[in-house]
Amino acid sequence: MDIFLQQIINGLTLGSVYAIVALGYTMVYGIIQLINFAHGELVMIGAMVAFSVINALAGTHLPPVLIVFIGILAAIPVCMLVGYAMERIAYRPLRSAPRLAPLITAIGISIILQHLALLVWSRNPLAFPQIIPFVTFPIGGAIISGVQIAIILTSVLMMGALTFMVYRTKLGIAMRATSQNPLVAGLMGIDIDRIISFTFIVGAALAAVAGVMVGTYYGIAHYGMGSLLGMKAFSAAVLGGIGNLAGAMLGGILLGIVEALGAGYIGDLTNNVFGSNYQDVFAFMVLIGVLVFRPSGLLGERVGDRA
Amino acid sequence: MQGTRFSLAIFAAVAALTLAGCGEEKKPEPAVAAAPPPPPPLVVKLGHVGPLTGGIAHLGKDNENGARLAVDEANAKGLTLGGKKVKLELVTEDDQADPKVGTTVAQKLVDAKVVGVIGHLNSGVSIPASAIYNQAAIPMISGSSTNPQLTEQGFKNVFRVVGRDDQQGPAIASYLASEVKPKTVAVIDDATAYGEGLANEVEKTLKAAGIKVLPREKGTDKTTDFMAILTKLKGKKPNAVFYGGMDATGGPLLKQARELGIKAVFAFGDGACTDKMKELAGDAAEGLLCSQAGLPVQAANKKFLDAYKAKFNVEPILYAPFTYDAANLIIAAMKKADSPDPAKYLPELAKISYEGASGKIEFDDKGDRKDAEMTIFTMKGGKIEPIAIIKSGKTIKFEDFLKTAEAAAPAAPAPEAPKAAAEPVKAAEPAKK
Amino acid sequence: MNIFAKILTKARSKWVGVALIALALIALPFALAAAGTAWVRIANLAILFAFLALGLNIVVGFAGLLDLGYIAFYGVGAYVYALLASPHFNLHLPFWVILPIGALVACVFGVLLGAPTLKLRGDYLAIVTLGFGEIVRIFLNNLSRPFNLTNGPQGISRIDPFSFGAFDFSRNETIAGLAFSGPIKYYYLLLALLLLAIVVNLRLQHSRIGRAWEAIREDEIAARAMGINTTRIKLLAFAMGASFGGVAGGMFAAIQGFISPESFVLVESVMVLSMVVLGGMGNVWGVVLGAVLLTFVPELLRDWVQPVQQSLFGKTIIEPEVIRMLLFGLALVLMMLFRPAGLLPSAIRKRELTKQK
Repeated sequence: MDIFLQQIINGLTLGSVYAIVALGYTMVYGIIQLINFAHGELVMIGAMVAFSVINALAGTHLPPVLIVFIGILAAIPVCMLVGYAMERIAYRPLRSAPRLAPLITAIGISIILQHLALLVWSRNPLAFPQIIPFVTFPIGGAIISGVQIAIILTSVLMMGALTFMVYRTKLGIAMRATSQNPLVAGLMGIDIDRIISFTFIVGAALAAVAGVMVGTYYGIAHYGMGSLLGMKAFSAAVLGGIGNLAGAMLGGILLGIVEALGAGYIGDLTNNVFGSNYQDVFAFMVLIGVLVFRPSGLLGERVGDRA
Repeated sequence: MQGTRFSLAIFAAVAALTLAGCGEEKKPEPAVAAAPPPPPPLVVKLGHVGPLTGGIAHLGKDNENGARLAVDEANAKGLTLGGKKVKLELVTEDDQADPKVGTTVAQKLVDAKVVGVIGHLNSGVSIPASAIYNQAAIPMISGSSTNPQLTEQGFKNVFRVVGRDDQQGPAIASYLASEVKPKTVAVIDDATAYGEGLANEVEKTLKAAGIKVLPREKGTDKTTDFMAILTKLKGKKPNAVFYGGMDATGGPLLKQARELGIKAVFAFGDGACTDKMKELAGDAAEGLLCSQAGLPVQAANKKFLDAYKAKFNVEPILYAPFTYDAANLIIAAMKKADSPDPAKYLPELAKISYEGASGKIEFDDKGDRKDAEMTIFTMKGGKIEPIAIIKSGKTIKFEDFLKTAEAAAPAAPAPEAPKAAAEPVKAAEPAKK
Repeated sequence: MNIFAKILTKARSKWVGVALIALALIALPFALAAAGTAWVRIANLAILFAFLALGLNIVVGFAGLLDLGYIAFYGVGAYVYALLASPHFNLHLPFWVILPIGALVACVFGVLLGAPTLKLRGDYLAIVTLGFGEIVRIFLNNLSRPFNLTNGPQGISRIDPFSFGAFDFSRNETIAGLAFSGPIKYYYLLLALLLLAIVVNLRLQHSRIGRAWEAIREDEIAARAMGINTTRIKLLAFAMGASFGGVAGGMFAAIQGFISPESFVLVESVMVLSMVVLGGMGNVWGVVLGAVLLTFVPELLRDWVQPVQQSLFGKTIIEPEVIRMLLFGLALVLMMLFRPAGLLPSAIRKRELTKQK
């Protein structure tokens, strides 16, 4: 039982990260119906920038929490800038082009960002310096670490803030209007271009925080970490119903738990015919399953075959 | 395309000229006896190939340095084959650790008419490339490819001076079995040719020793999240864990295991037998066990160590002593055959007995090194230190090994530098604490 | 009479051109071999990728379905060949038997993937195919237990080269005073197969099916209204594209002699896509050009870029491999932004991709 609980805790932590990244996908998709393939790379850039800053400050005698905070603060604007540039350069000129075009540029941007990061930070993984003392708390036979608690709390906080912004502020109303019908929203005096840029920037900021979270959790960051994470987060967004904020959060957490339980129990359940080696398959299976049987996802109302 | 064709044409012209030049030199020169400058020496090309760019470029460069050192030493000493003065030239190529690139650059080496190849680094590249060298009848000696398949292909020209996975795996496994005495061992690998191959050999040996091995768990070479796997293992309570994979994934694995409160002994193969483990796993790295194929760099011949440091201004990293030996083996075989012709020196290479920087080298029928040594390391104070040498299935404590090595050192044939050979092996220092 | 002569001269000049190109293609490997047999090997890779890109072109270019998992079919074809012609199962079937089997198996995989997913369109399809590609690779990498089907990450070695009886494509020999190295012999075989693929592609494009694909690409709903069975036609595109991938995979396995799952990763799918996009989606000649460019240019760069950097800065700042990847990325982005119809655009595709709403 304690092992099961431990797996749930692992899944919850991982799922919180997926959820934050999935929010970025879902927001962009909701507003311009584009799968931003390069979103995962923003997570990577966030982690790398933060790690560089944290490593540089590790020698000083600042309190560790402050150092991490400064790292996050450094990562957010960089990611925002990259997110903004991405939209301006690669997506905006293609907004009226056929669907295939921005999708292909998105893949291109993803490759370019990955290899630019390689040039800046080299191939060697960056390690998280040992500044945060490792603490654990027993809970029902399992243990939960300080970092895990921090990750779960931060993501809950960010989801709350984002929900507030989208549903309670003027900007949020403008975003929702644009997503409903950009033409009419434009006629009502909303600056569509600005709203779209803003969506990208918010998504990028979320990605930056997610990058720091996942990097701190595992203690390692490298130039190739974004793509698979991005793919999985996208699957989470689809699972929850793409374009739907609550769906992204639910999908992320569910996917995290599915992965943890899958890797933990599939071996025992199938008499070791399948094992943890299929861990990365689960996300894709979920993705394909959802798209085939319920394209609208768990909470979504959109249909999967919009062109 | 025009430009391409044109540059190719230039290429062709240059290549033709070079070849013509070589051909001329081979001709006897009877009439010009009066000319004072000696005839230019015959240029014999040796190839070195390994990843010079990419994730393990530093290891590729280390390998290249080893081979270069051997070639430069031979040139400095002067080499005469078949009555002609010979100048060795090292042709280097970059295989990017990619099998597809590997076959292309292997062909480039064949095109360049090298008489022998030192490389490749990765088994996955060595295997497809070996077929090309085999067809061109050029001997190749790998200083670092450990996958058994390489020498199981039946190619007469393929050798390696490093131990195979099925020598290294049993070494670390039997050390685990005899020193840690676990009841249950969990084996994890990174689902790559290297990691899985090594893990399979470890599992085989452990099972043969009557130790219970849990069903295999796998990550990938990019996995950073081992929480689910480790939590599962925690429930099964193994006494030891072996991981077949590189340091970039092994570090996070070890760190997460300790964070989950797993107390088992952790053991790794040579891919994770680096100081980087300390950086990636932090204090959790302390006390890990790991193995490297061959003698540790510290135990390599002192003369080699000094020469390497003097020439490149860095310490050798991992396989440099092996590529150094590989190049020297080819040179020694050419001397014995008194010819740089691969067809003539290949038989000499196959039956050679040579005292190299990494110990005594003899090849078996397949081209594998007979009785290759393995070294077991542990992490102490943030550095990996050798604790035992395993040779012919016997475990020798590292201090004892050094003592015997010291005793044997004066006898080691290094006649051109008796001073260096007489000095005690310096590597004793770190081991003495 | 005058018109007749004109047609004749026109036809003749066309044939002279074709003959010249044919002659150049026949002479090419010997010219390349003069610079080094390695260049013949690179030419062979270019032809192989052109073949592969032509297959993807059917799916992406003709039918307008973005397939990001295309390399999976290539991998399946390669493994079919490797399993049926290597000591792994001790089977050594001749290549003309295996290549069709490889095409068929890849085709079945194409249908398996296509049948449930083809009701999705555009971006969803792209991401599902990407997931499918990864799933196939992960299975190839792990099917060494409980039953050793693929030998897992260790890969399969000692794969038979192509051979006709005693005529072995990998061996060097001298025919009529000319030195035919293994790669040169493969060159002619690959070239013949590529020509066949080009003919099939061209014929398809102008057939009923080709026009149906075009109709679907332009407007699926209208196409359905015109009585086209869209699901079946799209499935056909998937199946045909996959078969091409299967054959190309078989050739790859034979030439390399060793395959392992690491040759069939996502990046390879993106690379083939870049070739299709660079040359011009839907244009057969453009796709071939894209494949040739993206194979040769990185190789030339490898020979020039590093020495130049070494002499300028004393060290390598940007590795050729990174430049290669940046090239792929830039090809995708810049082509879409500035020349969406490719270097050699197909007329219809150009109209479609540059239209403004």
